[in-house]
Order: sequence, then C-alpha cells, then structure tokens
Amino acid sequence: MLRTLISRTGQTLLVLLAVSAIAFVTFRYVGDPVQLMVREDASFAEKERLREQLGLNQPVYVQYGRFISRVVCGDLGISYRNQRPVRDMLTERLPATLELVFVATVLALGIGIPLGIYSAIRRDGALARLLQLLSLIGMSTPAFVVGILLILVFSVHLKLLPSFGRGETVQVGWWSTGLLTASGWRSIILPAISLALYQLTLIMRLVRSEMIDVLSTDYIRYARARGLPRPYIHFKLALRNALMPAITVTGLQIGSLIAFAIVTETVFQWPGMGLLFIQAVTFVDLSVMAAYLLLVGLIFVIINIVVDILYVMLDPRLRGSAA
Amino acid sequence: MTMPPVLSIDGLRVDYPLADGNNFCAVDDVSLSIQPGEIHALVGESGAGKSTVGNAIAGLIDPPGRITSGTILIAGKPLGGKGSDGIRLGRDIGVIFQDPMTSLNPLFTVGSQIVETVSYHLRESARASKESAIELLRTVEMPEPERRFSCYPHQLSGGQRQRVVIAAALSCNPKLLVADEPTTALDVSVQAQILSLIKRLADERQLGVLLVTHNMAAVAQIADRVSIMRSGRLLESGPVSRVLRAPQHDYARNLIQAVPRIEAPLRRLPVLSEKDDVGTSIQTILETRLGRREAAGSDALLTVSGLTVDYTTRNWLRGGHVHRALDGASFSIRRGEIFGVVGESGSGKSTLANVIAGLVRPTSGTITFDGRPLGANRDRDARRAVQMIFQDPYSSLNARMPVGEAIAEPIRFYHLASSRADSLSRARTLLEAVGLSGDMGERFPFAFSGGQRQRISIARALAAEPSLLICDEPTSSLDVSVQARVLNLLKDLRDTAGQTLLFISHDLAVVRQMCDRVAVMHAGCIVELADCETIFTSPKHSYTRHLMSCVPSMPISDCPPTHKKNASA
Repeated sequence: MLRTLISRTGQTLLVLLAVSAIAFVTFRYVGDPVQLMVREDASFAEKERLREQLGLNQPVYVQYGRFISRVVCGDLGISYRNQRPVRDMLTERLPATLELVFVATVLALGIGIPLGIYSAIRRDGALARLLQLLSLIGMSTPAFVVGILLILVFSVHLKLLPSFGRGETVQVGWWSTGLLTASGWRSIILPAISLALYQLTLIMRLVRSEMIDVLSTDYIRYARARGLPRPYIHFKLALRNALMPAITVTGLQIGSLIAFAIVTETVFQWPGMGLLFIQAVTFVDLSVMAAYLLLVGLIFVIINIVVDILYVMLDPRLRGSAA
Repeated sequence: MTMPPVLSIDGLRVDYPLADGNNFCAVDDVSLSIQPGEIHALVGESGAGKSTVGNAIAGLIDPPGRITSGTILIAGKPLGGKGSDGIRLGRDIGVIFQDPMTSLNPLFTVGSQIVETVSYHLRESARASKESAIELLRTVEMPEPERRFSCYPHQLSGGQRQRVVIAAALSCNPKLLVADEPTTALDVSVQAQILSLIKRLADERQLGVLLVTHNMAAVAQIADRVSIMRSGRLLESGPVSRVLRAPQHDYARNLIQAVPRIEAPLRRLPVLSEKDDVGTSIQTILETRLGRREAAGSDALLTVSGLTVDYTTRNWLRGGHVHRALDGASFSIRRGEIFGVVGESGSGKSTLANVIAGLVRPTSGTITFDGRPLGANRDRDARRAVQMIFQDPYSSLNARMPVGEAIAEPIRFYHLASSRADSLSRARTLLEAVGLSGDMGERFPFAFSGGQRQRISIARALAAEPSLLICDEPTSSLDVSVQARVLNLLKDLRDTAGQTLLFISHDLAVVRQMCDRVAVMHAGCIVELADCETIFTSPKHSYTRHLMSCVPSMPISDCPPTHKKNASA
C-alpha cells in the first residue's frame, strides 16, 4: 500500500511537470502580454525594458525553470491584467467551483445510483423503461441548453430561484462558502442540476448495466440458493460489485465536472475558476492560465489516486496475496 | 418409526414458454425420492433437464420458466410453507453449484459468506455465527479454518473454495443437499476428496443428497441410486450397482459406453446416435475442399528445445520473485501425428501451448517450425500456420459476432479467399465439415450448446488452414457424449486431412484414446515422453505411475471414468 502511494506520488509529480511544461510553452506563443500591458504609444525601448523586467527576453527554458522554482515556493506569479497575485485570485475562486462540483457530484451519485439499481431490478417495468428513455435525453442535451432552460423555467417564469451569482457567502478562514446561507443554497440549485444532469444519467446507465451483469453471476445465484433475503442480496452483495466500475467513472467525471464547469459557470455567471479562466483566455493572462491548468492537473491526479486507493480498499483481489 | 423421505418428487413438469407462443418442456413427469443419508445421482447429457430438476427443488427456476404440474416435498412439506417449521431454502435445503471459482462473491471474505447464511437463518449472534462458521470449515476438512475464515475467495484454491461452498450449504444443517456438478471444475485428486467429503457428510448427518452430474466415475464412487435422464424424462432409475452394470435402456447403455476408456484405445469413440457422428461427411469435405494432405512421416513439423518460461512478479522493495512455469522443455512433433501433453493443473501444459502459439514469450529456448525458427515476432504466415482451440467454448467466441463471420474472419485476415462472398461460403463449408449446418452461420454463439460452440471454435481454427492445431483441454468442459463427438472430429482431421495436433489434457483416458505420443509434465518439466502405448502399459517415471494411480476406477462396470475441466488451468 505504502509502496503504491510512493510510486503514485512520483508519477503525480511527473504528470504535473509535463502539464506545466506544455502549459508554459503553449501559452508562450498565444500572444504578447507586453503589448497588452503597456500604453498604446509606448516606445520600443519602453517595451524592451518591461520585457526585461518580466524576464520575457530570456530563453524559454530559463523562463520555465524560473516559473517552476517559483511555483514550488507557492508563488504562482502576478496576473498581467489585474496586477494581483494569481494565488489570491485562485483561492478566491476555488471554493465556488469546488462547492458547485461537490453538490453536483452528490446529486449525480445520490440520484443516479438508486435509479440505476431500480431500473436493473425492475428491468422490464414501465418506470424503468421510461427512465432509460429519459436518461438518453439527459445524456444528449448539452449542459448550456439545460442551464438556459432551467433559468427560463425557474427564474424567468416561476421566479423561484436566482438565475446568476452565488448569493450571500460566509467566510470560513480563507474559504468563502455559500453553503451556509439560504440564498447560497438557492443559488447553487440550478447550476448544480445543470452540471449534474449528464453525470447523473451516465452513472444511472452504468450502474444499471453493471447491476444487471452482477445479478446474473453465479455468486448472486448462490446467494439466492442460500435463501438470503432479496434486499440483502441486492443492496449489500450485488451493489458492491456493481459499484466498482462506477467508482472509476465517477472519479474521472469529477475531473471533467471541473472542466464542464466552465460552461455552467458562464451560463450562470458563477464566480468560479472556470469564469476566471475564460476571462484570462480573453485577455491572454498567461500566469492565470498556466496556474489554472496546473491546478486542474493536480486535481485530476489527486482524484485518480483516490480512486486507486478506493479500488484497493473495496477489491481484495488488488491487495496482493496474503494467503 | 419410518422417517419420511427427505425428498419426494411426484410428476414434476417444468415448462418454458417460448417467444413464438410454443412451449418448451424442460422436465416432464419426473418422480423420484431420496431417503435420509442416501445419495441419489441424476445423470444425463447437457440439456437433459437434470439441472432444472435441481433448480425446481430449490425454487430457483428463472422466469419465464415455471413448474406447471407435480409436487416437490422436502421431509413431507412443500418449500416455503407458512410458519417457523416451513421449509426454507438455505436452511432446510443446501445447494452447491458447479463452479467454485464463481460461486463465491470476490469482494467478501469466505467467512462472512458463511456467517451471513447462519445469522440470517438461525438468528445467531455475530460471535456465535463466526464460531459455527469456523466449526463448519473444520467439518469440511479445510486446513487452518481460523485463518481461512478471513481469506478472500481469490486466495483459496478451487478445491478449498468448493469446501467453503459446501460449508455454507450445510451451515444450517439442512435435510437435503442439491449438488449440481460439484466436482466438474476440479482436478482429479481434489475431485476425489470432495466426493468422499460429500459421502461422509451424508452418512454422518443423515443428509439426503441429489447429485446432479455427468461424471459416471463420481456416480460409481459415491452414489447409492442413480436416475438417467434424457430430454426431460427419467429413462431409468435404480441402484447404482444394477444400472451401471446392466442398464436396461439402450440410451443408458450408450451413455455409459461413451465414457472414454483408459484400458485400451479404440479407433472411434462410441457416440450416442449415428446422426451425431460426422465422420463420413468430414472425410469428403476435408479431402476435396481443404485437402492439403500432408504426408505423415517421421520428419518433424515442430521442434522445441530448452524452452523455459519465467513469470516474474516485480516488487520494488523485496526484489523480483521468479516463478518458472516451464523448465527446459524439448521435444518434436512429427507431421500428421497427435502429440499429447498431460499433467495436473499448474504443471505448465497451457504455458507450453501459449508459447508455441506465440501468446507468451519464452525466457529462453528455441522453436523450429517447418525448418524455420519461430520467434515471438511472427509474420502473418507463421501466425497462420499455428492455430489454437481453447478450453472454454463459452468465452472463446465473440458473443456479438455471428459464428459465420467469426469463421470467415481468419479467412479474410490471411487473404485465403478472393472475396467476401467466397470467405463466407468457405465458412459454410467449414461449418458443415464440423457437423453443423451451413445455415447456422448467421446465428450468434448464444444459440449453440457447448459442444456445438467447441466445434465452431475448431472450424474457426481450421479456417486459417493451419499446419499445427493446438488443442488446450478442448473437451474438458463438455459432456461425455459431446466429448466423444468432438474427439472423433479431431481424430478425423488427422486421419483424413493429415492435420498435426498438439493435444493438451489432464484426462488420461482421453489422451489414451487420442494420442500417438505423449509427454507427461510435472512442475514445468517433461518427466517422461514416449509412445502412448508405452506410457500407459509400462510407465517409467514415478510421477507418471502416480498420475495413473490417481485415476478413480469404475469397479462395477469396468467403465473408465471421465474427469473434467481443470480447476485452475
């Protein structure tokens, strides 16, 4: 176990190094930050001086090396556009995105798994068939369409829920949370649903097909042959087997939730990292873009490690032979 | 006082409604009864309805199937009766399934799977259940029961898993044990141990046992009475000694004769009915269409020398652990011969096959095929020349590909046909050659029985027109009678088309019937290699003699046994 962790941490560092290198080198060529920072009538000499101050006149690998050594010390640089430390900007925005993704994941798992189990057990029932049909619609509707429809129905017509923003937030240390106020909860419902819908249907369909497979295995037949009650067989025995692949997919999906959040955050004007990133792209704010990519890369890698550990905890066959 | 029989079935009929409105009658008018302590064997081919009888007793008939008439009484009472003295599955009836590898949930410890049964049915506390579970493991002769209790299924061998399954089935002291092919998936020596365990438990606990099997040796060894089923009906029923020695019914007699004999080789194995035998049709088809008759002779088609395979498990901290699966195997296979390899599971037989087929890279040693060295990286022609048939016909065919397409695929891949239509028509010919009808090519694998699937696998392997056909336990998951047909087919391939075969099996009787020369393997080494006759009549090596002695005999009828399917091949 420890060995796995150590080797995984090494891999993590390698992955992050690669992500940062790609991010750094790519962004180096997308635009000239100096052009955006100086007055329009700045002279060539003025521009060169700024370039020198920012270290942009040095070879790429030197710049990259300096970038890495700064990142290691926790310094993500200064936003060229806002003239603020990127770290501060990210810590401001990170809680909003993570809370949104968290609520969306809870929704997706909390509704997707039970619906998946139900439609596996009552495979031929009318409701199960209806769910299958609806899940197809859920999978094939883009997130921004869902978001706009939700706003149209619940904000514009019914006037029940706010259509944008986070509502009131409460500061807990450096973390600003919207989950402690009523208006925060009211604000998160629509974006979370719009973000969760695709994952929910995916998890439901996955759990359903895995569960159907597991229910036809010999060990479930053998559990029935021992006269064990149906609910025990379904929820204690079969579910655990059926959830194994769901864990992998959920882990990967949490990563893409963060990526998809860019769309949802734009639709709902949710003040999260996605919105920050979109703005950074618009203004060629290199240090923000690089820091965002690094952070998302880090989150992806951490999620993957957590999934691997969960797998080992749940599946004894992966623990190596102890017998 | 006379005890009521633990099981009495009267006029049982099980129907499966079909999609087209017709009815398939799986079991028709079956009546039998089992006394306490009696082992009653139910034998027949696959599809005879014997497992359906077992499932009906346990109430495990899957919809849309249902019991349409007849009664099943367990100790005089029907299953699922009201009140605490009603008959409960798991408590009053124990069930054992065929494959211990898949009967236990891989995510839970074996102990917990016994405990859940005990605590649910007997309402025992967690602690008491654990103690009874360990006691049960001891009863089924599990070594170190306390330690095994917290093991997961994958940490146990096939035989140990089957002991766990038996322990769980017996955990609530049932009156009746329904054992559906309990030893089919196990190695010869383990098989004998499990059978004697069931026998002992039946005697000690006055347990009635319904033993569903197609293994005649098992029947001869432990059963008191035997019933022979065919097409859902009971043909014959009586004491084992009488039925096996002097079966009344023709079918019963044929079934018993279809068991391959270890005593002396026959030219063809007896089959149950002539129409099942494909010998004549294959001769003409193979000679005209595929006939690349290679002259049988003494020149070697394949020579391997010093073939060694090491499996290394890597470990960062403690260094690698090397397991030598194959240790310096050297032999050659002559053109047109059937070369047999026998040994217990783990002896390296399958590794040998995989190396020759190019699926596993040897650590050292050379393979010379048709005069050319055969490395791990093979060109198309070298790959075509060696084809393989696998043990499990269920998992070796793609379930989502019509079988005709599956057979046509290698033909197209190796450019053996000029067009798609040509490849499909060759696939039809091959289907006919293995005794199926050409029209069946449009069907998917689920529409075929195990024996038919294995024939399709053979057709697929032949489609590539191989010089060497490797058969890795080709019949060990098949019925006796189906086995006879498939073995005859393989024999015909050699006799009529001069096909060279590498035939791997743990079944000595089958090897005796099939092979010209035999290599005996033990712990990765070939310990003895000689003509088939020499090996069986005067074995030299002590391990060969040990292997011969492990074969259970059928003392009553002198019919040799068939033991099937390797536990962990």
